[in-house]
Amino acid sequence: MYRGKYKLIIPFLLPALVLYGLFVLYPYAQAMYISLTDWSGLTAEKDFVGLRNFGRLLRDEYFWNALKNNLIYLVSLPLVVISLAFFFAFVVTRGVALAKFYRVVFFFPQVMSAVAVGVLWNFIYHPTIGILNSFLGLFGIQNLPAWLGDPNVALPAVAAVVIWQSVGFYMVFFIAGMEAIPETFYEVARIAGANRWQTFWRVTLPLLWENTRVALVYLAMGALNMFTITQTMTEGGPSRATEVLSIYLYKNAFTHSRFGYGTAIAVALFLIVLAFSMLIMRATAREAVEY
Amino acid sequence: MAIEGTREQPVTEHTPLPSGGWERTKALFFRALMHLFLGIWAVIVIFPMLWVLYTSLKTDQEIFFSPWSLPRVMQWDNFFRAWVKVNIGRYFLNSLVVVVPSLILTLLLSAMTAYVLARFPFPGNRAILYLFISGMMFPVFLGLVPLFFLLRSLDMLNTFVGLILVYIGYSLPFSIFFLTGFFRSLPSELHEAAIMDGANQYTIFFSIMLPLAQPGLVTIGVFNFLGMWNQFILPFVLMSDRKKYVLTQGLAYMNHQQYYLNDWSALFAAIVVIMVPTLIVYVLFQGQIQRGLTVGALKG
Repeated sequence: MYRGKYKLIIPFLLPALVLYGLFVLYPYAQAMYISLTDWSGLTAEKDFVGLRNFGRLLRDEYFWNALKNNLIYLVSLPLVVISLAFFFAFVVTRGVALAKFYRVVFFFPQVMSAVAVGVLWNFIYHPTIGILNSFLGLFGIQNLPAWLGDPNVALPAVAAVVIWQSVGFYMVFFIAGMEAIPETFYEVARIAGANRWQTFWRVTLPLLWENTRVALVYLAMGALNMFTITQTMTEGGPSRATEVLSIYLYKNAFTHSRFGYGTAIAVALFLIVLAFSMLIMRATAREAVEY
Repeated sequence: MAIEGTREQPVTEHTPLPSGGWERTKALFFRALMHLFLGIWAVIVIFPMLWVLYTSLKTDQEIFFSPWSLPRVMQWDNFFRAWVKVNIGRYFLNSLVVVVPSLILTLLLSAMTAYVLARFPFPGNRAILYLFISGMMFPVFLGLVPLFFLLRSLDMLNTFVGLILVYIGYSLPFSIFFLTGFFRSLPSELHEAAIMDGANQYTIFFSIMLPLAQPGLVTIGVFNFLGMWNQFILPFVLMSDRKKYVLTQGLAYMNHQQYYLNDWSALFAAIVVIMVPTLIVYVLFQGQIQRGLTVGALKG
């Protein structure tokens, strides 16, 4: 039936395999090696230094500072985004006027480039021309911080923007899961006299556990990246208050030509991403509810 | 696949209100509260975008002294300045030059690969599929430094061709993952009948399978378009020649230079220029995007 199928298989697979292998897999593999060298990028030969870059990493206070910032995002973003998204998804699927409108609108920011989002919010936070301060002023709130210019406030200010952008995406993601729940489950709950709140805890949440785990992993990966929005809004400042590992590795590699060290940070960050993804999947593992 | 499993119509009818006095008041109260929350979030989401839209038509004076007000006279000139003087027009074209071929080739190559992986059993089939899927696990920044030097050694730094090839490479894992599932879900009778008839394999693919796969291709096309149009980190590292900046880089650069240029209204106009294509694509293909999302979920 599949006579001469290799005449099709090989030319169909080859271009994709070559491009993917050369531009994606090969650099990843090379990164592992470069992280073990002290390469400055200027010379062809790289001196193998073993794990020295990683030892230096452990003593680098800026590394720990950036990691700390990533971890703050890692804890706060999933918590806020998933709570809001789950709540909105539940409300929108359980019968509310304008459901379709909310669904379309809440998703809007997700299709915007993070650069556009960042520049837009730079303006909103801007102390003189921004609308945030004058809006809060309407409620008599005075002594407002300089937002992105204030080391104590900049990080939460950036986090708020990411929340603003992501809630709609996860809402739609949860809605898709909720719509797959057979209506009979809700009927049974209704007959049993469960109210909205009980229905949520006893029916919706357990059945959406798998979706929630996936959302957690996605958000964790996002929280450990944060490159574009940070680069656009603060470039890691003020005084490294919003510097995350991806920014720190970029600066090391491409600004200071410490390619070996920069790549070591990238590898460490990759291992951190991997570890957290596995940890989250482990910690949230439950027997799947089949339906 | 989730595409078939999802119910078409969401439950949007009102849950009936209980008739009892107190229960009814309570239900009404909660309904009002929900609308309040939804309404507040809707305003938080929409207002900043509207604000950018109408601010892009104001003068610098107005932007500074009355940040909330609508433009007194529409300053279309802001767009002209952004487009010509600050080169947003050039960056826009650069983005098109990169994204259009990347998108077409990604669709073609991932459809070819997915078709073979979904429909032809051969030793190593699974391994190749997993090899592609594993690419979704790696974060982009891990490969940045080696990628930079790889392109440099191929003389492809600061070239559109280089960036296009990289975009395709990075788009393949998700596209192939998605389309393999899609090709598997297509009915096989037509395919088998065509093979029995001895039709040329290429003819089968291009004139039977590709048209059948159109809905999947549209979904994956929309996702890739948004991803490529909004991509920042790859061009940021690989394209340092300012004449070859893509739109996201151009906007970031403009934002960075504002403190010297002081042309705020043109910057607002530039945000609008970068936003509009993605919003149009979103409005047109809203259904595909939302359906495509379910594939990422484990039930997919």
